[in-house]
Amino acid sequence: MKTLMVILLSAMLTDNFVLSKFMGICPFLGVSKKLDSASGMGIAVTFVMICATMVTYPIYHGILVPTHLEYFDTVVFILVIALFVQIVETVLKKTMPALYKSLGVYLPLITTNCAVLGVTVLNIDNGYGFLQSIVNAFGAGLGFMLALVIFSGVRKKLEYADIPETFKGVPATLIAASIVSVSFMGFSGLFG
Amino acid sequence: MADKKRTPAQEFSKGIIKENPTLVMLLGMCPTLAVTTQAVNGIGMGLATTFVLLGSNIVISALRKVIPDKVRIPSFIVIIASFVTLIGFLLEGFLPSLYDSLGIYLTLITVNCIIFGRAEMFASKNGIGASILDALGMGLGFTLALFLMGSVREILGSGKWLGMALPLIKDSPMLIFIMPAGGFFTLGCIIAAVNKIAKRKPPQEIACGQGCGECPHAESCGERKAGDEP
Repeated sequence: MKTLMVILLSAMLTDNFVLSKFMGICPFLGVSKKLDSASGMGIAVTFVMICATMVTYPIYHGILVPTHLEYFDTVVFILVIALFVQIVETVLKKTMPALYKSLGVYLPLITTNCAVLGVTVLNIDNGYGFLQSIVNAFGAGLGFMLALVIFSGVRKKLEYADIPETFKGVPATLIAASIVSVSFMGFSGLFG
Repeated sequence: MADKKRTPAQEFSKGIIKENPTLVMLLGMCPTLAVTTQAVNGIGMGLATTFVLLGSNIVISALRKVIPDKVRIPSFIVIIASFVTLIGFLLEGFLPSLYDSLGIYLTLITVNCIIFGRAEMFASKNGIGASILDALGMGLGFTLALFLMGSVREILGSGKWLGMALPLIKDSPMLIFIMPAGGFFTLGCIIAAVNKIAKRKPPQEIACGQGCGECPHAESCGERKAGDEP
């Protein structure tokens, strides 16, 4: 059994969701133009990941396993996530308008963010316990935020760079992402 | 999308080149990058996605008058997830090796923007026949793009193509290409090459991976309104 610290750090660095597992590429490329929107999206995703794990774990082990319906996990999980995002949106709107104003725009995008579904499914696949699952979700969320924040800095530089005409826009962004990914390769093997 | 009348042939072929979901519309980037370390995996992922796309397009198109507008997103998600579960079973039963190498990304077809995008933009507005052609064209375009990515990465990264060792390169393959960094790099170069060949103005705007005009979240997204930085 891995210790919680190792799970946290490996989810964040060695198995970074964006740069080594390719989950959540769309928001990574889309929302990383500015630092504040990058960190806002990162916080929203981390929050939803932890909550989705807290909800899906009991559902899987409490309802699906006893009734032998494990194969329904994809359908159930994605519905739970969609429902959950909707609830968070409504609650935030009513109770914390200030927070809603800064995070609200990212919430609808999170439903179709594969990192959120990915982390809930991975938790089940890896056979993590409840606490381990939550720590893994937290680490994955932090890793997502880290990648987004670092990359928003890189993109700022990219805006002033002199790039060949055909590479302008998306191709240059992808190649910059490749270089950021190389730097994360330095962490590989850190935790066995 | 300003759909004028299209002939069935155009309906089918638009997904392959003109509106190629991966290389032109920049949808479904996650599987494009993740599974293309080998050409075979690219084809497998492409065909699995095509199957799900075909099934969900048919069902959503058939039910488009029954599903109330307000609950359409959860309904679409359930339909798509059901087909993903189905293809998961089929692959596990008949092609276990492919099932293992696709791994979690098979489950993640559920949240592939291509499928959701086609459901929202096309199948919910068009008849079954047109939706089938649309799904086949888009699926084939996606499969071709994945095959291309997989071929480049497999040839350069492991010196093989479809599992066959190639002369000259097999002795010193460039390992970086089958690592995550190589995935980003290859995709960037392929999109740049497509831009060059098509002499198209490169896509500047990439919020959530697709053009805001067609994006179902355009209103709530805020990225577009924020505008480009000066």
